[in-house]
Amino acid sequence: MKLSREQVVHIATLARIKLTDEEIDKFSHQLSDLLANFDAALSKIDANVDPLVLNDLADVCREDEAAPSYARKEILRNAPDKEDGCFKVKSVLE
Amino acid sequence: MELTQAVLAQIARTDGKIHSYVTVTKDAALEQARRADDRIKEGKAVPLTGIPAAIKDNMCTSGIRTTCSSNMLAGFVPPYDATVINKLWDSGMVMVGKTNLDEFAMGSSTENSAFGVTHNPWDYDRVPGGSSGGSAAAVAADQAIYALGSDTGGSIRLPASFCGVVGLKPTYGSVSRFGLVAFGSSLDQIGPITKDVTDAALVLNVIAGYDRRDSTSVNRPVPDYTKALNGNIKGMRIGVPKEYFVDAMPADVRQTVEAAISKLEELGASIDRDVSLSLTDFALATYYLIAPAEASANLARYDGTKYGYRAPEADSMWDAMEKTRENGFGPEVKRRIMLGTYALSAGYYDAYYKKAQSIRRLIWEEFKQAFSKYDALVTPTSPTVPFKIGEKADDPLQMYLSDVCTLPINIAGIPGLSVPCGLVDGLPVGLQILGKSFDEVTLLRIGHAYEQATDWHKQKPALK
Repeated sequence: MKLSREQVVHIATLARIKLTDEEIDKFSHQLSDLLANFDAALSKIDANVDPLVLNDLADVCREDEAAPSYARKEILRNAPDKEDGCFKVKSVLE
Repeated sequence: MELTQAVLAQIARTDGKIHSYVTVTKDAALEQARRADDRIKEGKAVPLTGIPAAIKDNMCTSGIRTTCSSNMLAGFVPPYDATVINKLWDSGMVMVGKTNLDEFAMGSSTENSAFGVTHNPWDYDRVPGGSSGGSAAAVAADQAIYALGSDTGGSIRLPASFCGVVGLKPTYGSVSRFGLVAFGSSLDQIGPITKDVTDAALVLNVIAGYDRRDSTSVNRPVPDYTKALNGNIKGMRIGVPKEYFVDAMPADVRQTVEAAISKLEELGASIDRDVSLSLTDFALATYYLIAPAEASANLARYDGTKYGYRAPEADSMWDAMEKTRENGFGPEVKRRIMLGTYALSAGYYDAYYKKAQSIRRLIWEEFKQAFSKYDALVTPTSPTVPFKIGEKADDPLQMYLSDVCTLPINIAGIPGLSVPCGLVDGLPVGLQILGKSFDEVTLLRIGHAYEQATDWHKQKPALK
């Protein structure tokens, strides 16, 4: 599988990462090489079985119990920007 | 107290060259040592009380910055402790510091750290392995008595092998992942890196066990792992899967591992050298589709909103997010997020991610079948001795191939132990012992019996 520059830009948009021109070139080559290697392996095997669930654990639930949580001040200490006890971001709607 | 002072002095003397640590918590460690001394005097000590430990910097420590060796989290101070850290505090740990890793545990050499490379204590020009390179180097260089690492595809065992120490990746679900910064959530597991197998059993005794805060934690009794260390492996059935001795493996490394297997035979184990695990060749592709896919989802949280780095200049919310991730993540993390995003994207999901998940079941079934015949399997931990810093830095595929012997174990969720088994050109070689899920007891027994019969684990780097 050869990844074009356009495809790399599309994936970067999906992943919300801005890339430089140089990075687009580099990733286009490196990801193509990796995928070629993976394609070669995957084409040699049929795997028509269900995906693995480790330790037979599925749909693990617990009771929803109310309990004290962390103080707002403590949580906001790591925030890059805050205002009036809230996380602050750039406006979402133009 | 004396032990803590000695370890801190060793860090001061040697870490300029090795760089095992991202953060050294000297004052807190001395205070913890003082409290441990009191506890010992009161007769309330347990085996790990007062013992200086190093913690990989991707496990949350309350009030102490936890960086994942990433610019994204350079200033992140967690408000809580990981479950394993809580358990170690309860047993009287002295934490001397947080160790370096490949950014977000993505790598095999600890070269992908935003805060500089860690050097192998046996040869400063070589890598310590990764991603828990700081933890393994610290234990090898007496900068800590034991350490915690995390292992997603070999990140405990490879650095343990490269640094000549013991490393155990426990069964998936046996040690809580709560407070471990997530990379590949279906593969990640915390485990000990220690100077010998007895210490690994002692640390596992403390950190293993059910935790309701980790939904993949398995609720089953935790045995006393030190009871496994009885030296008796007579009659044990051990298989040697030939696929792990890859073509690229140098003859002297192969001979070293084969000599270790012969030693197990001398000790009374019944060795079958003609085992085939034919799906081993598919592990690399399977792993490098599943792990990056999970990483791309797990690392979506780093958007510069709630914690971590935020790009200062931006026009809009989306622009801020994209620039934050551009500047906050290093090249390997971006590469894996890109790879994972692609494997999960519309039109490619079935061919890549879903197929990899199905192969995962086949690999698991193949191991299960092998363990119906054998009590354990033994392999090299790595096909080579530690490589030179920079040697594989520009070739992701070559770097990923460093993990060929360790990846299948995470895919199947089974436990794996690496023990030192010799030196080639003065560089450590590791023997990997694999067992069925939740049978760490057998792995530790074999590793310990081997250790009793040899003295490779007592070899130390000269630290020149």
